[in-house]
Amino acid sequence: MDRIPILKIGQVLLVSIQIDLQDQSVLALQEDLAEQISATGAHGVIIDISAVEIVDSFIGRMFATIAATSRLFDADTVVVGMRPAVAITLVELGLTLGQVRTALNLEKGLAILGKLAAERELAEGLDDLDEPVQANS
Amino acid sequence: MSVDAGDTDSLAVLLSKDADVLIARWVALTSAPLRGKVSEAELTRECRELFDTLVAAVSTGSRDFQDPAFVEVRAALEELSRNRARLGFTPSETVVGVFALKRAMLETSGQRTGDTGLREVIEFTLLLDTLGLWTFECYARAREEVIAQQAEQLLELTTPVVRLWDGVLAVPLVGTLDSARTQVVMEKLLEALVETGAEQAIVDITGVLAVDTQVAQHLLKTVMAARLMGAECTISGIRPQIAQTIVELGIEFGDITTKASLADALLYAMRRSGVDVVRKRAQVG
Amino acid sequence: MTAPTGERDELVIAGDEDVVRVRQVVRGFALRAKLSLVDQTKLVTAASELARNAVNYGGGGQAVVELVGNGRRVGVRARFADDGPGISDVELALTDGWTSGSGLGLGLSGARRLVDEFELETEVGRGTAVTITKWAR
Repeated sequence: MDRIPILKIGQVLLVSIQIDLQDQSVLALQEDLAEQISATGAHGVIIDISAVEIVDSFIGRMFATIAATSRLFDADTVVVGMRPAVAITLVELGLTLGQVRTALNLEKGLAILGKLAAERELAEGLDDLDEPVQANS
Repeated sequence: MSVDAGDTDSLAVLLSKDADVLIARWVALTSAPLRGKVSEAELTRECRELFDTLVAAVSTGSRDFQDPAFVEVRAALEELSRNRARLGFTPSETVVGVFALKRAMLETSGQRTGDTGLREVIEFTLLLDTLGLWTFECYARAREEVIAQQAEQLLELTTPVVRLWDGVLAVPLVGTLDSARTQVVMEKLLEALVETGAEQAIVDITGVLAVDTQVAQHLLKTVMAARLMGAECTISGIRPQIAQTIVELGIEFGDITTKASLADALLYAMRRSGVDVVRKRAQVG
Repeated sequence: MTAPTGERDELVIAGDEDVVRVRQVVRGFALRAKLSLVDQTKLVTAASELARNAVNYGGGGQAVVELVGNGRRVGVRARFADDGPGISDVELALTDGWTSGSGLGLGLSGARRLVDEFELETEVGRGTAVTITKWAR
């Protein structure tokens, strides 16, 4: 069984799936990620699936599970790079991804996490120095 | 006695002799490959009609299919092939009836004439028929491929994905939307989103005259697939009749963004991507 | 009216890694049948669901993948058979969201939506066989 590597970039954990996922690898990844989020206190998780050719219900459920788990650690999950054929198939399959956010590519995924982190800091009132207070539009 | 001996009567006589046995065998041979697609009674009627016109034509001594003597034969064949084509028969299934007459003659020739020369001639022409049929099938298939290819090219041509603004793509749909075309649009639009990184897509159906349940479902699926990929898709230009159809069909458009016009949709998409449009104050002077 | 064109492959599905292998074999056949990218993805996803069902609920089984033709079009047919407990209520098993195990309940119903032809044979105590076909457009 192959273990998927998890990279840490700043406050973000990055998982790039480059192989045809076996169910065991999926389960292992879920465990590994939960541990890593807890250990690092990361505020976001990005799962890059731009190289993934198929997402079936099992893999789809992994995204939802990871998102739900990371919520418990106050981290957001963004799935990036889903191929059109995969998206069309998932819709036909009837799968919804729950609270998972999605982005077209890694860059946009990072931007979403950055924005969410900023909003969170704002909401928590931790930010009193460098960010101007904005009126909600 | 040879088939084309020029003796006006020989072939006609040959055919007319024991005609009922021959026709019965002919019908049986014709019906086998059609697997019940045409009733036995219907076939018998067709064969009998064709047979009678054929004997009449042959009795004139003519063997030229273009000859006026064959007018009725041609008409009967034309009607037969038209009917078959409309009912979706393959070329082979259509032509088999004509060729089956030869086999019927061959099989009944022993009891009818006992002539071995005729037998050989028929056997050889049977072989040629098979070759001819096969050629015809290949030709028809090739034609169908060409037609399918052109249809596909037409699809590509009629569904352009255009960039309306930085990060905003649109597909203006015109004409009749069928399931296949909607699917092509859906795929092209989603691929364009990946290629350009645009997060806003607009499917404008101002030029679409009608939608059915399937097409509406495909539009919905496009929006949902775009969302899964991390983009937002708006549907604009729903005509009043189409809106009515959608409601009557009970199709749930749910939380999908719809706008009355392409302009509204563009404004919405631009705002969503962080651009605001402000009208310049008119210059005095 | 549909006839196998001669190319066919048989695989044993006993575990997790076989599900991945089924996906790869089916993908190969889909390419040979010149299915469009979206249709390939749909077929492979359906095969993945059914192969996993055979492992998880049928205790393993076998898959037969073959190229088929009906004179006009070519396609790929895959049959997944197991010797498991069978399905007592087929209607129910084909309902979205229903599962006898811990899955999402999208396997059977979802797979059916992803293919052109779907045939389910099952007998309680004897096993389940699902045959799916996808035709090139």
